Amino acid sequence: MTQSRSSFLSIMLFLGFAFLYVPMILLVIYSFNHSKLVPVWGGWSTRWYKVLFESPEVWDAVRLSLQIAVVNATVATMLGTFAGLAMVRFGRFRARTLFGGMLVAPLVMPEVITGLSLLVFFISLKDLFGWPAERGFITITIAHITFSLAYVAVIVQARLTGIGETLEEAAADLGAKPFKVMTSITLPRLAPGMLAGWLLAFTLSLDDLVIASFVTGPGANTLPILIFSRIRLGLRPDINALATIIILFVAVLVAIAAYIMFRQQKRELLDQQMAQSGGD
Amino acid sequence: MNDSAFPSDLAPKALANTSVLDRLQERWKTIVIVLPFVWLLVFFLAPFFIVAKISLAELEISSPPFTAMIEWVDGTIVTIRLVFDNFIYIFEDPLYSKTYLNSIKIAFISTLLALLLGYPISYGIVRSNPVTKQLLLFAIILPFWTSFLLRVYAWMGLLADQGTINNLLISLGLIETPLRMLYTEFAVYVGIVYTYLPFMILPLYANMEKLDVTLNEAAADLGSGPINTFFKITLPLTMPGVIAGALLVFIPATGEYVIPDLLGGGNVQMIGRQLYNEFARNIDWPVAAAVAIVLLLILVLPMAIYQYYQGRAAERI
Amino acid sequence: MVSQSNDRADTAKNALNDEKPLLQIRNVTKKFGDFTAVNNVDLDIHSGELFCLLGGSGCGKSTLLRMLAGFETPTSGQILIESKDMSGVPPYQRPTNMMFQSYALFPHMSVEKNIAFGLQQDGINRSEIKDRTQNMLKLVELQGYEKRRPGQLSGGQRQRVALARALVKEPKLLLLDEPLGALDKKLREQTQFELMNIQYKVGVTFVVVTHDQEEAMVLSDRIAVMDKGAFIQIGSPTEIYEFPKNRFVANFIGSANIFEGRVIENTSKSLKITTDLGEVELKQSSTLTVGSTVYLGIRPEKISIDKDASSKKQDFTTSGVVEDIGYLGNTSRYKVRLDQGTLVDVTAQNHLRPQNRSHAFSWEENVSLHWDASNVMLLTS
Repeated sequence: MTQSRSSFLSIMLFLGFAFLYVPMILLVIYSFNHSKLVPVWGGWSTRWYKVLFESPEVWDAVRLSLQIAVVNATVATMLGTFAGLAMVRFGRFRARTLFGGMLVAPLVMPEVITGLSLLVFFISLKDLFGWPAERGFITITIAHITFSLAYVAVIVQARLTGIGETLEEAAADLGAKPFKVMTSITLPRLAPGMLAGWLLAFTLSLDDLVIASFVTGPGANTLPILIFSRIRLGLRPDINALATIIILFVAVLVAIAAYIMFRQQKRELLDQQMAQSGGD
Repeated sequence: MNDSAFPSDLAPKALANTSVLDRLQERWKTIVIVLPFVWLLVFFLAPFFIVAKISLAELEISSPPFTAMIEWVDGTIVTIRLVFDNFIYIFEDPLYSKTYLNSIKIAFISTLLALLLGYPISYGIVRSNPVTKQLLLFAIILPFWTSFLLRVYAWMGLLADQGTINNLLISLGLIETPLRMLYTEFAVYVGIVYTYLPFMILPLYANMEKLDVTLNEAAADLGSGPINTFFKITLPLTMPGVIAGALLVFIPATGEYVIPDLLGGGNVQMIGRQLYNEFARNIDWPVAAAVAIVLLLILVLPMAIYQYYQGRAAERI
Repeated sequence: MVSQSNDRADTAKNALNDEKPLLQIRNVTKKFGDFTAVNNVDLDIHSGELFCLLGGSGCGKSTLLRMLAGFETPTSGQILIESKDMSGVPPYQRPTNMMFQSYALFPHMSVEKNIAFGLQQDGINRSEIKDRTQNMLKLVELQGYEKRRPGQLSGGQRQRVALARALVKEPKLLLLDEPLGALDKKLREQTQFELMNIQYKVGVTFVVVTHDQEEAMVLSDRIAVMDKGAFIQIGSPTEIYEFPKNRFVANFIGSANIFEGRVIENTSKSLKITTDLGEVELKQSSTLTVGSTVYLGIRPEKISIDKDASSKKQDFTTSGVVEDIGYLGNTSRYKVRLDQGTLVDVTAQNHLRPQNRSHAFSWEENVSLHWDASNVMLLTS
């Protein structure tokens, strides 16, 4: 039984959501400002979108960021799913504690430390083996996979715990060998979690500035690096335009993800209802 | 194809054929563990040892700009050089100690502000009807998926001398000259609270969601008014959520680089920014590495507490 | 109405006559949107009574209890405790305490602190709190468990802490929501008597909500049978069981064989009704008009079953074939197909072990059934 909200809580909710959303709404509105001075309104205009689209630097950065994000999300989802399976379904194995610790540490590690340590690592590697010859796509992708896989593992672990082991035990009881159980029962049930993990890894990669700044080399600018270098010096209307596009892009992605998850939830709910009405 | 003595439909399949795929199937558990494990060992753990090593080396004008810890002569180890100078330097230079303390202070105050704002919001969401609850929760997570950098940028536009807030206040006649907000500590607080609020709200929400409403009713039934019930029942029972949320804000905020750089400008010294500068501008890697190691040591305690609470939460499931 | 009520019900009845009721529920209705949870309910409960609200899930019994505690506000009507109107009085200012179905023990407080919580709210001094807490622990036999947390107690112990916590404030009215619902069967039966003893010792008025008819029968002085938000019948356990008003009550409490009939004669002292089984004459007065449809009920244990038709002389005799036998140990339940086709439930005591019983029944056996007309229940709808 839920108690109703008090008016104090309702006011706090309103203020909290205003705090979260007004800055972004203003950011979008000012992207359509004709004036070169961002906060000074100079009438509606789309000129900064034009400036943005005509800048080859922006396109290069977008391309690099998307490439990294896709490769990162795919590899991180695979490795993160493996890690999650190992932690939840394989019982005790040697070095499990160390493994578990390394899976959580990237989540709480300050980015500057992760970035710094990966950079000195890549430089040491280059000294020893001559690889990676130059820093950029490959080093940023490796760095992103390292922290993204930890996030994917968290989601996968939660999902695996949530769905329980009964179905897998049933399949094993009916004669399926562990690998068959994995491919025909566990992975299909895990698919929504893996999709959520992929999307999270994708966004984390697109969002990362600090780690990429450390491990990138000359000439390889991801989108956040490009944005950061521009806004450090102050407000720029073309960045507002870029922000608007990114917010729109993310909103669409999230809406799709939410729809998929909502459908999954609804299906599970329907299944439950059917099972219950059948059981009565 | 099937040369065993069993009738084909009864033969154990593993015996029946031994293709590469099947051998892979036998070993799949090993592969599943080893791949991510090796990845983390190589790209997460090993780099830390290198940082630790560099922090104990001396600055050298070369590439890489530090001395080797172990010198090799004819394949045997001759000397092991550990230099604690970098750590001594950090502790003796008041700039660093002040920066560390300032980072902790800013992270602490921001965490407190995020808690004061996040707690009633979480409580409000939990007390909403199921449909609204889902929507509000979604709205909390949504900004988390948009660019962190751009969310910080949004506040630059609001807080600048010529920014939206100052423009509004001046047009309302409340002030005559713009308030200096951007490039102050205040702006850093706003930025941290704004960007990390979802990290505060989500663990709090997860904790409050499990809270049994009948406990509040029981307290009321036993004569406790709403405020007393909050402090005696609700707050103690939501402490695990408060701690988890606080740590999720405090830990990354302490090492924050982007927010002090963009919103604090040169006026707010925080250790993440100091580290980056040490590294990129001064190219003093050994000191940067030592700064990182000290930062890590400062955060080990909160991280351990967080781990402990997560472990306890997992046990309860 | 004839009633062989027990002593406890008698005392309650006596109280009914000379005192003002402790609790008065006046035309209370509660609606949730379009759904009417409690529909125009009227009830007086007297001091010292143990009153049960009995009904299936969703019948409105819990909603009514929550309105007494102050967690829900009636849509219309009034609740008075000691003649004081409770509308607008928040739960924390009412002279009632509640024992929750889930117990709602504070998980972060020890047993002692849980019990003391209510007293602390009243600003009672420490030594008195300590004394009263100790007395309560003694009453529920939990001495030595003061420092335990609820999580470290068994279900039965938690139940007793919840009871102690609700009783320690000496409320005028103790509300118990399915007090034994979370216990297993054996413990529940034992606790029923403990609960009655405690109520007798402390003398607090209890209002118990339950869906378990056996529990209601054992515990109560009076029972209100509820369905769809309304009271169907209020009375002592004996009245409810032996003289149910209608088919719903007859079937909800125990089980009954029900036959449809028609009134063919109504003198001032007796009623003659015709059914498929023949005519029955009931020695009771009624306002039923000749020709109206009524239902007659007979409890399975009030039918005697025999191999031989002439062995006993009772008001009513019929015969049939045993179709099914359920052996329950102390009793056996037979399903007997009467000659004219109706299936009747009969319960018989197993006085002897089956192998010793020369007259044990088996499937497909012809039997005769007898019952007294005084055991026939007249059900109006």
